[in-house]
Amino acid sequence: MKSAVIVFPGSNCDRDMAVALEKITGQKPLMVWHQDYDFDKVDFIALPGGFSYGDYLRCGAMSARSHVMKEVVKRAEDGVPTFGVCNGFQILTETGLLPGALMRNANLHFVCKDVKMTVENADSMFTNAYKAGEEITIPVAHHDGNYFADDETLDRLEGEGQVAFKYAQDINGAQRRIAGVMNARGNVLGMMPHPERMIESPLGGSDGRKMFESVMNTLG
Amino acid sequence: MKNGNEIKITPELVKEHGLNEEEYARIKSAMGREPNYTELGIYSVMWSEHCSYKSSRFHLKKLPTKAPWVIQGPGENAGVIDIGDGQAAIFKMESHNHPSYIEPYQGAATGVGGILRDVFTMGARPVANMNALRFGEPSHPKTRHLVAGVVEGIGGYGNCVGVPTVGGETNFDPSYNGNILVNAMTVGLADADKIFYCAAAGVGNPVVYVGSKTGRDGIHGATMASAEFTDDSEEKRPTVQVGDPFTEKLLIEACLELMATDAIIAIQDMGAAGLTSSSVEMASKGGVGFELDLDTVPQRETNMLPYEMMLSESQERMLMVLKPGREDMAKAIFEKWELDFAVIGHITDTGNLTLKFGGEVVGDMPINSLVEDAPEYERPFEYTPKRQAISVKAPADLNKAAMDLIGGPNLCSRRWIWEQYDHMVMGDTIQRPGGDAAVVRVHGTEKALAISTDVTPRYCFADPVEGGRQAVAETWRNITAVGALPLAITNCLNFGNPERKDIMGQFVGCLEGMGEACRALDYPIVSGNVSLYNETNGKGILPTPAIGGVGVMKDSARMATVAFGGAGQTVVLIGETKDELGASLYQREIMGEDAGAPPHVDLTLERRNGDFVRALIENGQVATCHDLSDGGLIAALADMAMAGGVGVNVTVGDDLPVHTHLFSESQARYLVATDADTAEEIRKEAKDAGIPVTVLGETGGERITVNHGALDLDLHALKAAHEGWLPTYMANAS
Repeated sequence: MKSAVIVFPGSNCDRDMAVALEKITGQKPLMVWHQDYDFDKVDFIALPGGFSYGDYLRCGAMSARSHVMKEVVKRAEDGVPTFGVCNGFQILTETGLLPGALMRNANLHFVCKDVKMTVENADSMFTNAYKAGEEITIPVAHHDGNYFADDETLDRLEGEGQVAFKYAQDINGAQRRIAGVMNARGNVLGMMPHPERMIESPLGGSDGRKMFESVMNTLG
Repeated sequence: MKNGNEIKITPELVKEHGLNEEEYARIKSAMGREPNYTELGIYSVMWSEHCSYKSSRFHLKKLPTKAPWVIQGPGENAGVIDIGDGQAAIFKMESHNHPSYIEPYQGAATGVGGILRDVFTMGARPVANMNALRFGEPSHPKTRHLVAGVVEGIGGYGNCVGVPTVGGETNFDPSYNGNILVNAMTVGLADADKIFYCAAAGVGNPVVYVGSKTGRDGIHGATMASAEFTDDSEEKRPTVQVGDPFTEKLLIEACLELMATDAIIAIQDMGAAGLTSSSVEMASKGGVGFELDLDTVPQRETNMLPYEMMLSESQERMLMVLKPGREDMAKAIFEKWELDFAVIGHITDTGNLTLKFGGEVVGDMPINSLVEDAPEYERPFEYTPKRQAISVKAPADLNKAAMDLIGGPNLCSRRWIWEQYDHMVMGDTIQRPGGDAAVVRVHGTEKALAISTDVTPRYCFADPVEGGRQAVAETWRNITAVGALPLAITNCLNFGNPERKDIMGQFVGCLEGMGEACRALDYPIVSGNVSLYNETNGKGILPTPAIGGVGVMKDSARMATVAFGGAGQTVVLIGETKDELGASLYQREIMGEDAGAPPHVDLTLERRNGDFVRALIENGQVATCHDLSDGGLIAALADMAMAGGVGVNVTVGDDLPVHTHLFSESQARYLVATDADTAEEIRKEAKDAGIPVTVLGETGGERITVNHGALDLDLHALKAAHEGWLPTYMANAS
């Protein structure tokens, strides 16, 4: 599985994502600097966490309008599995690839801790290695993870199995405790928790591995 | 063209610049003439306490700074130690006290930014941030606002640059009501043969400015940090700088990218006193002169005067000397990262700092006089009178005393704070905040760094020499307790007004104790910072020489944590408990007194007991270990039980009253927990080595009990109190 990690000015989980991808897939990912948007064909695109463009304007808003994101959107629409964590999720909502928006945490504080969440849909290309309803522990680290969409959208997301993960407890005020959502086609996932930070026991657990393994299963 | 030098130098103006008559006379004799306005500003910051260490230098020289593993001791941007395999750890701690009191968010944020730059200037990738925070008493009307702002500022900066904030310490004491302490520490990693220094060389070589543009912020920050506070200090808000962590992140990446080439001869960050101190430092270390053309300095505001440009403390800026002909390559890297890049001058052989503006020379000063001629004071001092050892009475209710202490402001969980810091980014944090020391892996290896910041200001006040020893010993013990070998320290010496004999006595005493401990533990000082004049309206803070220690663990799989590993473990105390409740947390918080001698630090025992415990962890005999410090045995037992989610039942001897056993803060003690057979092995080994050892009891159940119910606490209630205090306090709007 050949993957690419897109790097913006201010990305800061790009190395963590690359380490996780290399450890799990056995292949070093291509690191794509935002200006080098004409990058090689890959099987999987990851948008890492961080503070791209310093979160200025709105988290993810500036990156979403970059050249490289135009290319990512095109490839995602062609079906390439595309995955955004934290700031990557914010960028995906800003591009419109995913519905909804991520607002400031309800208590207005940055939060970094392990959180329990449940796997809501275990049939997707990102989650098939998990069991449906399985409770997993993955850390969060964000200031703007409060997922918002209107009720109609939320009903549709839940009805169509587009909600991949939900927090077991409220941690940031997210509507219906949503932690991660997919697009209708199921090839784009955005989530606030960081699976790349939970890939071996010295880091506190390995519940994040199955996210990557699911994609590998799907791609064969 | 107006350049500021038309302003006439008057005695009032000299005084406003924090220079006394004698100092001004020195400037005139060094220059052989009257300085102009620009030059006066430059002398005033270079000779400020903050930049010149004029009150402390004489005593700092006495500290031990050498060991075979020390690559660079004090005098550079940060200290450097060899951690084996061709790798080096680079670290320093620095204060940002005055700005943080005036504007807590930006003060703390720029404190983090400044210390990060000190470390990556030397070629290191920063891998961990730590801090040491002191606030006033919780009931003071400003405390809540200051805690919220400082924590938000540290998080706001560190989280964005993507360096994990892995630990620190936070205390409350009335002496900090008008003068909080914000000390930030950064640790970085580099190849031992790729360290960058600040000594400029090569006449004619270009002097290059990179990073953010220069504005009018922070002018005279260094002078502000060298004076006492008064009630109108908040009017000094314009001297507080504003940070931009996004730019800092770009600056880190751009500098590290350029450092991978061979273009850089010397590099220095622009910290306190900005362009002035960075250029003077580089020229002075290299024994050369600098000519700067101030019209080429990237500026954020219009009509800036030379004085303002030279004294601005705008953040996220660096100064470099490049090899000739590498400017274009370097410029391309900085343009890629969307940062300013400008050649602003060149090296000369005049030995002067020469400033040009609008085609005219507006300042011309001998570099030597700015650095070497700075006054050095051997200020008079009086040692703190010795206190007598005392015994402290038992509490009316032992359970309540323990509960109040563990669920009170000084021992309660700091989770509310560290959950606002990204402590996991970079994917190598293997011991998170809340333990004895933070542990981060050396990326891609089996090794790890252990880091701890400590000082007990109560002890330093009661007996500065003992307190100085204890601060060093406690970081050493905390690093040992996770299984690492402590290698070196950085310090941040926060004291009151050195012009007062008693304060200077505290300073001298603490340094004596620190020096002794460093020598006894082979634990040299490789970098540091002094912050004096921490006073408001003539009332000084508790002497607070914060120590940041760094150690190395060869095999990070053999790491100990404080958490009990389930029921049925045997709990063993290494070291001896004595009647040492003087200046203890128990005495202060429960009995409402602060009297008597603090616990004695015997450095021979400290080393012997610590080496023994570290071997137990390295051999795999122990994976649960906690050092004993504030709050004594009961605080340590509670930490271990709460972290492990299991109770413990212990018995202490009748040689001392139960409350003395539980709350005494005797030094050189550790608790370990392991299986019964291994515990018996450990007991024998300790006995053979002549080390006091006591099998205290066993883990299990959901209560903490001592001597069959003399103390009996419900673990869940204790945890609720321990976790609850800080969030409850912070949620109560004042």
